[in-house]
Amino acid sequence: MTAITAAPPAGARGQRQRSSSWTIMPATYLMSIVILGLTVVPLLYVFLDGARSTAQISASSTALPNPWVWSNYGQILSSAAFWQFLGNSALIAGVATALAVGLGSMAAFALSRYSFHGREVIFTLFICGLLFPLQIAALPLFLQLQLLGLLDNQFGVALPEAAFSLPITILILRPFMRAIPGDLEDAALVDGASRLRFFAQILLPMCKPALVTVGLLAFVTSWNQFLLPLLVFSTQSHFTLPLGVSTFQSTYSSNTAVILAFTALAAVPALAVFIWAERYLVAGASGAVKG
Amino acid sequence: MTRGTAADAGLTGPGAAEDTAAPGPGAVRRGGRFVRSRKLRKTAELSILLGPALVLFLGFVIAPIVIGAYYSLYNWDGLGPLTHFTGVHNYKIAFSDPAFVQAIEHTLLLTGLSLLIQGPLAIGIALLLNRDFRGRSFMRLVIFAPYVLPPAVTAVMWSLLLQPGGLVDEVMKSAGLGGLVQLWLANVHVVLYSVFAVLTWQYLGFGIILLLAGLQGIPAELKEAAAIDGATPWQTTRRVTLPLLGPTIRIWVFITVIGSLQVFDVIWLMTQGGPAGASDSMATYMYRTGFQNQAFSYGTAIAIIMFLFCFAFSLVYQRFALRRDTAGALTGAVG
Repeated sequence: MTAITAAPPAGARGQRQRSSSWTIMPATYLMSIVILGLTVVPLLYVFLDGARSTAQISASSTALPNPWVWSNYGQILSSAAFWQFLGNSALIAGVATALAVGLGSMAAFALSRYSFHGREVIFTLFICGLLFPLQIAALPLFLQLQLLGLLDNQFGVALPEAAFSLPITILILRPFMRAIPGDLEDAALVDGASRLRFFAQILLPMCKPALVTVGLLAFVTSWNQFLLPLLVFSTQSHFTLPLGVSTFQSTYSSNTAVILAFTALAAVPALAVFIWAERYLVAGASGAVKG
Repeated sequence: MTRGTAADAGLTGPGAAEDTAAPGPGAVRRGGRFVRSRKLRKTAELSILLGPALVLFLGFVIAPIVIGAYYSLYNWDGLGPLTHFTGVHNYKIAFSDPAFVQAIEHTLLLTGLSLLIQGPLAIGIALLLNRDFRGRSFMRLVIFAPYVLPPAVTAVMWSLLLQPGGLVDEVMKSAGLGGLVQLWLANVHVVLYSVFAVLTWQYLGFGIILLLAGLQGIPAELKEAAAIDGATPWQTTRRVTLPLLGPTIRIWVFITVIGSLQVFDVIWLMTQGGPAGASDSMATYMYRTGFQNQAFSYGTAIAIIMFLFCFAFSLVYQRFALRRDTAGALTGAVG
């Protein structure tokens, strides 16, 4: 519980820092400007150059669009391939996230609020999964998916991604669920609810901040995954957005402007989800660090 | 399963209260039947709750390690049954291939550079940003943004920015640094550092956000007490803040090392490990030799070697660095 609500009162923090701020503030702002430049300028460049023609780009790599060429963006937004890549990414990330959060929260519930033989062994087994990143497992996974007949199949990507998201999901959710007072559970049981019902109707809603955090992690991990889809998919109509970006780069290698426009558009969904969800991520991270 | 449970129930009869479940209306009746049905019910609940996750985890995380280890002992090209057992031959070939040894060196160099350069940078920036100033939440958003970008997007973006005559070259020329301009991705002596710079651009924000979260967990009273005792801001940072940030830093080190050992996307999409293997990592080597050349059993041997690197590091690190931290701190692995 503390993890959910433990933001220090704003007043106290303001007071603490005002004392030394006059020496450090300029440094903070200077640093902010440098970081802003290094982060935003490359991104801005990609978006702006997507609105130039390749001829403009080869004439000067630093100029602003003159005139603005919207046809690059138009060409991509009207191509079926872009929307297909986007849809595939969304479907796979959606399935992977739903499985990771759904099954992960159930497992975390069992591992946090039941006592049984072998509980810590199972927990440790899950946590060991953190040592074995998906990228390293990709080639053995490819062979396994071949055995299972899941090659060139969206589930062949979504299922492993969900499985590899389970360790971090359980690791984050377990302390969260543990911290919820036992009295609540007792009260629910006295009222005649089963433990599964307590889990679904009381505990899960209380864990919402942590669920959003692990959901986002699973989603972003799946959305950005490159190597596994690269191995699994051979049909272009199954490609995810990152695969699409690389295919597009090699197909249109002479048309820099179109590649930039495609890259810019491919960045939009990730950035949009992130801007919406940023507060959850920071809250989740700080909650988890506090344990 | 059922038999084991019944036996358990018989043994734990009177002690069934160790289960945290509250006594239901029938609890007065502490007879065998009630306990047994409750035990059965608990077993059923546990299998519903844990079963699916365990199946998924064992099926797609543990099984590939086993399958990979098995395939790596054969000579197999992707067709037909495994018949040609060769033992550790694939591993011997790997370590006698200069290209793979070089890929290991590159991976370790990238890991070392990440720790030595990204670490201090992330700590410094996090300390500077850990105060109330106008635009703080906006800065956090900006800093974290590259981390959520698909690495494929980052790679394509930077390979265009770094191409000869691209934005990076132009900016350096206009800043009077034209003499330093390189063929960033084509010079064998430079390419690995270019790749490292792009990796830093992508992943630095993650470290900063993690450390900022850790900094928020440090009670203000401690710093106030130090200040009252006459400590300068520098002393407070050095003697109070940094030691308390230790668990977060150790988690960051762990995540960074495991992440660096498997780096693939950015390198592959910018240089394909080239020119002449000058930017090969273990993962790009694995993809090229194992998948593109259809030497699947050789590729899985490389995967197992990579796994052993991760495993060895984790064991050593767990033993010497993480041991002091509580389980709560381990959850900092969140991101």
